[in-house]
Amino acid sequence: MEWLRANPGLFLGAVGDHLLLSLTGLAIGIALALPLGIALAHRPRLAEASIMLAGALRTIPSLAVLAALLPLLGVGFTPSVIALALLALPPVLVNTVIGIRTADRAALEAARGLGMTGLQRALRVELPLAAPLIFSGLRVAAVQVVSAAALATFIGGGGLGDLVTQGLALLDTGRMLVGAIAIALLALATEAALGMLERHLATRVRGA
Amino acid sequence: MRWTSRNLDTIGAALLTHAELVAAALALALLIALPLGLLVARRPGLRTALLGSASILYSLPTLALFALLVPVLGLGFAPALLALVTYAVPVLLRALLAGLASVPPAVVDAAEGMGLTHRQRLFRVELPLALPALLGGLRVASVTLVSAATVAAYISAGGLGTLILSGLDQGHTEKILVGAGLVTLLALLIDGTLGALQRRLPASG
Repeated sequence: MEWLRANPGLFLGAVGDHLLLSLTGLAIGIALALPLGIALAHRPRLAEASIMLAGALRTIPSLAVLAALLPLLGVGFTPSVIALALLALPPVLVNTVIGIRTADRAALEAARGLGMTGLQRALRVELPLAAPLIFSGLRVAAVQVVSAAALATFIGGGGLGDLVTQGLALLDTGRMLVGAIAIALLALATEAALGMLERHLATRVRGA
Repeated sequence: MRWTSRNLDTIGAALLTHAELVAAALALALLIALPLGLLVARRPGLRTALLGSASILYSLPTLALFALLVPVLGLGFAPALLALVTYAVPVLLRALLAGLASVPPAVVDAAEGMGLTHRQRLFRVELPLALPALLGGLRVASVTLVSAATVAAYISAGGLGTLILSGLDQGHTEKILVGAGLVTLLALLIDGTLGALQRRLPASG
């Protein structure tokens, strides 16, 4: 880890870029997927179409998504963020739709009986009931985005992937390994932290 | 489309290498995951430990895994293949164990009551019942591999990722789009085929 000791600034900059890329992409993805999922959940035909489309989008390799945006949007931060948002979209959308559609019918009837409007029912009954599944979609999306952000280096998006590609190009194994280990730890930490939160959330919902 | 029509050979070779990487990795992973899964299926302690380490391996980002293997194995097809096997084994293992765990105990009891030996029970009862789950795992694994094999171009393994990366390097839009398009088609094709196969199998349980 000679390289890390000699270049702490470069390393921290790459970590910062990586986190900024991931969080922005994830935030945009969620901001699109969540309302879309809520809106589509009660339209069975559209819901099914959106699940199929999301499945297809999920099948497209991350590098292909990033590369395909380059001719349209050029290189750099913005196309990388858009690609990451596209990768975050499917898991959140699918889990929101399924979570709301499988929400307890009896609870919905009760909410209707209490005179709640559609919006009130969505916010106070359906979303809380769907929360565990939505959160699990969020975890999958976050891990995928943190992983795929490592590939942003190929379209000039920066982040920890830069250390890996530079390391290979310069035959600087230290730099490459620092980048690779940091990417791996970031992904594993995201998975572990959100997994723990998810289990916590699940027991709370079940207990309520 | 001029570049494409002039370089059909290169494109075909890249597609072939990509398919070879995925197919070889899938076959090797099956050879590892099947015996390993059967070995730990009845040993809860080992099973939990193996599933735990499998989920860690599967969560490793592609680029990180490839880069970690370079200092040990160097560049090229073989190290890429090993990395891809590392991705596929956890998926197949998890699917096989979930499938075996979903076999109803009453069915196993009945097989035992009929005097089937351990081996007969495994091959005639448990494995056929676990097949739909295993096929689901195979589907997830192959889509993951098509995607990961794209990144393998970074360690000079060849395949469609090579078109994408060299296209990005040279600012050659057509090359990028051909690579990205073909790899997407390949993923969708495999996913669709295995999905259709899955629906034709009788549902378990």
